[in-house]
Amino acid sequence: MTDNKINETGAEDIRKPEYLVYQRPRTLTETELHYCPGCSHGVAHKILMEVIEELDIQETTIGIAPVGCSVFAYHYMNIDMQEAAHGRACALATGIKRTMPDKYVFTYQGDGDLAAIGTAETIHAANRGENILTVFINNGVYGMTSGQMAPTTLPGMVTTTSPFGRDVALQGHPLKISDLVATLPGAAYVTRHSVHTVANVRKAKRAMKNAFEYQKQGLGYCLIEIVSNCPSNMKMTPLEANKFVEEKMIPYYPLGDLKKPEVK
Amino acid sequence: MGKKLLMKGNEALAEAMILAGCDAYFGYPITPQSEVLEYLAIHATKRTGMVVLQAESEVSAINMIYGAAGAGKRVMTTSSSPGVSLMQEGISYMAGAEIPCLLANVNRGGPGLGTIQPAQGDYFQSVKGGGHGDYRLLVLAPYSVQEMVDFVKLGFELAEKYRNPVMLLADGAIGQMMEKVELFPQQERIDRKFPWATTGKPKNGERRFITSLHFESELFEKVNIRLQEKYKKMEEEEVRYQTTNIEDAEYIFTGFGLGSRICAKAMQLGREKGYKIGLVRPQTLFPFPKNIYAELAPKIKGILDVEMNAGQMVEDVRLAVEGKTRVEFYGRMGGMIASPEEILDHFEKKFIK
Repeated sequence: MTDNKINETGAEDIRKPEYLVYQRPRTLTETELHYCPGCSHGVAHKILMEVIEELDIQETTIGIAPVGCSVFAYHYMNIDMQEAAHGRACALATGIKRTMPDKYVFTYQGDGDLAAIGTAETIHAANRGENILTVFINNGVYGMTSGQMAPTTLPGMVTTTSPFGRDVALQGHPLKISDLVATLPGAAYVTRHSVHTVANVRKAKRAMKNAFEYQKQGLGYCLIEIVSNCPSNMKMTPLEANKFVEEKMIPYYPLGDLKKPEVK
Repeated sequence: MGKKLLMKGNEALAEAMILAGCDAYFGYPITPQSEVLEYLAIHATKRTGMVVLQAESEVSAINMIYGAAGAGKRVMTTSSSPGVSLMQEGISYMAGAEIPCLLANVNRGGPGLGTIQPAQGDYFQSVKGGGHGDYRLLVLAPYSVQEMVDFVKLGFELAEKYRNPVMLLADGAIGQMMEKVELFPQQERIDRKFPWATTGKPKNGERRFITSLHFESELFEKVNIRLQEKYKKMEEEEVRYQTTNIEDAEYIFTGFGLGSRICAKAMQLGREKGYKIGLVRPQTLFPFPKNIYAELAPKIKGILDVEMNAGQMVEDVRLAVEGKTRVEFYGRMGGMIASPEEILDHFEKKFIK
């Protein structure tokens, strides 16, 4: 008997542990993601859960799902989670972290959730220096309700509620909420990333690891913005949407650290 | 018997919270209940390690409660009418997600910004569901500083028994007045080990998640039916009320909280004039003690319901008696409090003259 089983096509089954270069982390459930093809959410979920697996904090981490496309994050993330009302994730996280300071707590929120209806909760959690992490998916559009204008929609960008393009005189300017949060003394780590290339995915994952490390040290509020695509609502192919992220979104929302704890 | 103290209603409520082994309080200042947060800020953390945090709004406070209660902690928030309106979203979510917690509304006059004076205009909001969807709060109505204390202890127990938010519906007068009160012994803050609480995924067990979201209608209807069965069980098991002088009563005065206290005095004045008046005082507004009204209705000449609103509980009284006796109403609004004399006067006008 050899370990190499022959499968039904007669070919050698190569699914042996030593051949594996990639597998689903145990921190993700086997539930199929509902996200559209090419959407940044899948990658963001994966790297966040990989970090939790690698840090071995699956049993000590509590996540908060928002209202928006990632409302069902708790079906995919194999950890204890709570589902918040629209915008209230940071308030839930505050309640959990304050009563269980030894646990890791994160919120996972989109731009509408975090930077429109939940602005107060976000700013005040940051300002109190809550020891929580917020992963902020900024794709400039309301995804779940199918393509309305978001607080982060770019000037001139067409959405279903800005059908002639966002007119800043009429609808205000895109909100750079991470820049705003970075000015607050309670914020320890504010950084902006993307997941539209492999290199960027790795950097974003590194940032998530940093944030959990800072949370362990009790340094304060951490915010990781991920400038994202939304192929379905941008009415683009995944590749076109990534190009839009590269050419339009990132120039307005430049990548990099906005605030970082001083290394002692 | 423990020793008796003289305490303000709001401070007694806060003290009871500490004594009940409460893990956390999240709240936002509003008159006439700001003493709760002030009292806790001084006493709570140093005595039991309880978390006390002033939130940026009532919206945020109720969601901090959601988070901590979802992690299985014993938590409470308090507010007054406009603040409780802001909390309705979170209350509906907690009822939907079946998260136990204790809330208190030290009712002031409305609508709108209204007045900081006492009122009972939030009966409908508390009892009929102030937020969206088919849900019920278990509502306790204290009529004394003593009941502000007793109902905190009871409220936590009921919330945890039913996995449901419990509302303590007081009013500005009960919150602000001072009375003698007997406290209960300090209860330890303990890990209640609720199997549903999100305290971190068990090593060899399934992850827990707390949600009120259900996309499949067939399944969500079942969730709703289960919730309704829970509320039915509350109606069968948790009705609480007090009666006075009902044995020979020809007339019944009724009201809740402060209203019932004034009724008690009006009843006494009426008895002195020879009217056979009894008193029914609901302590639970949901579940409503409808059976006692139904039992009394065929035997009496009428009921006078007195509230500090335009007539809210009186609807439930009328439903309970099913037309078998006359139900009259007397109410004051806008922060005004009826005197026993004017209640008796109204009674005489409606029933005697």
